Amino acid sequence: MTRPLVLRGGRIIDPSQNLDVAGDVVVIDGKIVHAGPRGGVPDGAEIVDCTDAIVSPGFIDVHCHLREPGREDVETIATGARAAAAGGFTAVCAMPNTDPVTDNQAAVGFVVRQGQKANSARVYPIGAISVRQEGHALAEVGEMVGAGAVAISDDGRPVASAQLMRTALEYARTFTIPVVDHCEEPTLAVGGAMNEGIVSARLGLRGVPTEAEEIMVIRDILLGRRTGGHIHIAHVSAKGSVELIRWGKDRGIAVTAEVCPHHLSLTENAVEGYDTNAKMNPPLRTAEDVAVLGEAVRDGTIDVIATDHAPHHYDEKEREFADAPNGIVGFETALAVVVTSLVGPRIVDFATLVERMSVAPARIFHLPGGSLARGRPADITVFDPAREWVVDPAQFLSKGRNTPYAGRKLRGRAICTVVGGRIVYHIAAQEH
Amino acid sequence: MTSPLGKDLLALEPLTPEQIGLILDTAEPFKEISERAIKKVPTLRGSTIVNLFFEPSTRTRVSFEFAEKRLSADTVNVAASGSSVSKGETLVDTARNLEAMRIDMVVMRHGASGAAQFLAQRIESNVINAGDGTHEHPTQGLLDLLTLRDHFGDLRGLRVCIVGDVLHSRVARSNIWGLQKMGADVAVCGPRSLLPNAIAEFGITVFDRVEAAMEWAQALNVLRLQLERMTAGYIPSLREYNRVFGVTRERLERADHDILILHPGPMNRGVEIDSDVADGPHSVILNQVTNGVAIRMAVLYLLAGGRPELAETAKSTPGGER
Amino acid sequence: MDRTLRRMADEIVELHDGTEDLVLVGIQRRGVQLASRIARLIAEREGEAPRLGALDITLYRDDLQTIGPRPVVGPTDIPGDIDGARVVIVDDVLYTGRTVRAALDELADFGRPARIGLAVLIDRGGRELPIHADVVGKRVELRRDQRVDVLVAELDGADSVVVVPKTAPPSDAGRAAGGGRSKKSPARRSAAGEASA
Repeated sequence: MTRPLVLRGGRIIDPSQNLDVAGDVVVIDGKIVHAGPRGGVPDGAEIVDCTDAIVSPGFIDVHCHLREPGREDVETIATGARAAAAGGFTAVCAMPNTDPVTDNQAAVGFVVRQGQKANSARVYPIGAISVRQEGHALAEVGEMVGAGAVAISDDGRPVASAQLMRTALEYARTFTIPVVDHCEEPTLAVGGAMNEGIVSARLGLRGVPTEAEEIMVIRDILLGRRTGGHIHIAHVSAKGSVELIRWGKDRGIAVTAEVCPHHLSLTENAVEGYDTNAKMNPPLRTAEDVAVLGEAVRDGTIDVIATDHAPHHYDEKEREFADAPNGIVGFETALAVVVTSLVGPRIVDFATLVERMSVAPARIFHLPGGSLARGRPADITVFDPAREWVVDPAQFLSKGRNTPYAGRKLRGRAICTVVGGRIVYHIAAQEH
Repeated sequence: MTSPLGKDLLALEPLTPEQIGLILDTAEPFKEISERAIKKVPTLRGSTIVNLFFEPSTRTRVSFEFAEKRLSADTVNVAASGSSVSKGETLVDTARNLEAMRIDMVVMRHGASGAAQFLAQRIESNVINAGDGTHEHPTQGLLDLLTLRDHFGDLRGLRVCIVGDVLHSRVARSNIWGLQKMGADVAVCGPRSLLPNAIAEFGITVFDRVEAAMEWAQALNVLRLQLERMTAGYIPSLREYNRVFGVTRERLERADHDILILHPGPMNRGVEIDSDVADGPHSVILNQVTNGVAIRMAVLYLLAGGRPELAETAKSTPGGER
Repeated sequence: MDRTLRRMADEIVELHDGTEDLVLVGIQRRGVQLASRIARLIAEREGEAPRLGALDITLYRDDLQTIGPRPVVGPTDIPGDIDGARVVIVDDVLYTGRTVRAALDELADFGRPARIGLAVLIDRGGRELPIHADVVGKRVELRRDQRVDVLVAELDGADSVVVVPKTAPPSDAGRAAGGGRSKKSPARRSAAGEASA
């Protein structure tokens, strides 16, 4: 039984209650009892000073790769969960492209148990759409949901077959879970290492055109219309995709979408010098795409900001560009990148940031959290919106060090992360 | 670093026109050495140079070898296998091993764009890019520039059209940067499926038909149709390519002026270029080969610049002690 | 300077018993102009001009690794075959002798002359190698911290010989390194008398 907790003197921002007020958040028995102007302090309460900090419902990352089982050398569920907590996340959804693939009840159960043992940010498994993610046979969705899966996805790969995507959307309706698609038309994207454009032409690297994403986005939206299922578009990178998602939403189709911080802040120019830490899938695109995506976060066409945290071993990235694997870590830089790139330039305010990083993820994926209303589980993020720091991958709690932000000065840092009323991260501990 | 080119020659894109001009000017006296009975000068005596070729190549490797030997350097040829992913040593380990053997210079050809830069960033030896993926082949670009300069005198305003598979061609890229920097007018011609989509943003004219290119150009640089680079069929057949884009004698004769013909080799006779053109009076293909050795000697000479710490204690003026 | 060159021309002819098989090879840069003038003077006197060549010794220098940035390499042009010929190396200043050593190495790569002689306009002593000039225009005694620069009309506008401190910039106002080669250059070029500024 943990002590009561008071997060005192911060700026409480909770879009789920339209709340933006200075005050305290009081937690008893893992539940929120008060969030507002100064309340009382229960006996024996632990007090966390939140002066100059923002206190919000805990961030939820609906897209990450924890590499366990199979690549524990690169990340485990435990190290990943702790890294997420250090980034202010109180919950993460782990993609199933592990080894073996998380495509059955037992595998989902394993992830759940490992997450519980980690005792840090909550870990919700996402199950595979197809057995072994091979794109043929539907996996046992019901069993996986029963064991704790909150969504299904073949992420890492696209669902190449429209027929399979249709079936998945229809079948998933029974369990009211979203189907998450990594939108990439395989024949257009084959061999591509970066965005197709002037930079790829100069560097002599094969490019992936934006159409590879856009074609699958509209395909999935149309199938969503046909089936009534809920399609969630993963890591949107192209402005064309934003237009298509808007088209779908205007017609009442159940489509939601996420964007990653790197697609909100970096362009294909980050690949100059063949930096493999700028290599990810979908690739970084142009300044125009970045601008449109930022605007889409503001107006809600993009519902959610997710990290697509994808750790890789140093040796794997220390290779010729074309051979290096795709992906960067994201937990510990996500908040700062969003604050620096979107809030700083006033594209988005903090209320919207919290909406996209907490309220909407919880709503869309039907997860507990996303609100500081009385009686809700005490998943809380306390962050300093003004704190400047220089990104040093050697300090990451994640095992992965592959980030394009190394050495950059960013603004915004998680100070304290609370899960179920328990402090799972405090910056003071890390700064020793 | 006292070399005017820096530690490495990786690409033409980052060079200034002055640097390119310096290399071309430096190549002139080296041409003469290849005409002597004793084709050797002691300039790089005692230097060790490794030719590290991850892709098979006879002509480029041999050209570099001649250049190195004519400067009295010791050369070692290493034919390495594949990429880091395939079996064998990673590029990082290869780099470290070379460094441990105290190699002075590495000439590398590799199938991955950016591989030369990757190596150069990890070893202290000078690195010369002999072709990295589809990115650049700087010494080829330079020898093409020298050949054009030999013939036309001045590169400024010279109209040069690159014909063929520009998308996959490192020779094309090096030529484009080199020519643009020296003030030439550059165009490309080929099927659109073999031209980068963003090519117009380079400030280059695009000709869809080779006849139109010939009306405009003073020189054509004809690229080999890179069979080995195409992962899928970008064109229906070689036969059709020759019929539509081939540089043939009939087409050249229909142009109203003489056009200089260059080709980086090896040629697919009858595909991108017909034999009577390749062997004809306007072809400078063999001059390119001769200039190739001189350019490579010039590059080796310029890169193997004096060691900075010794330069500080040097007592001589530019004229040298007599 | 003309008088001195005239005397040098006479001495060269005397030393070699005439102009048969005589080849004057000037060392880049100013040795080339001097050789050209001497060749003309010999032609006036003897009615027959000796063969004329130019040698750039940069690539044969023994101090390439230590002098810092790569010096510009000038053209080398040795006319015809020098096997069995009587070669006279012509240079403006003889000091340590290293330039001449490099020239001897380079000539050896072209053939085997019957004899090689050396003619210099200024001998300032200070030899570091056992090199000896057969024909000397003028001997000068200089301190180690001094330098003698020879300027010739073809390149510098006027003839003169100046003594300057060793660290002074080149007397030809920066044309010592880098200038003097036209960009448009065919592979072989005669350096005889051509003002290539």
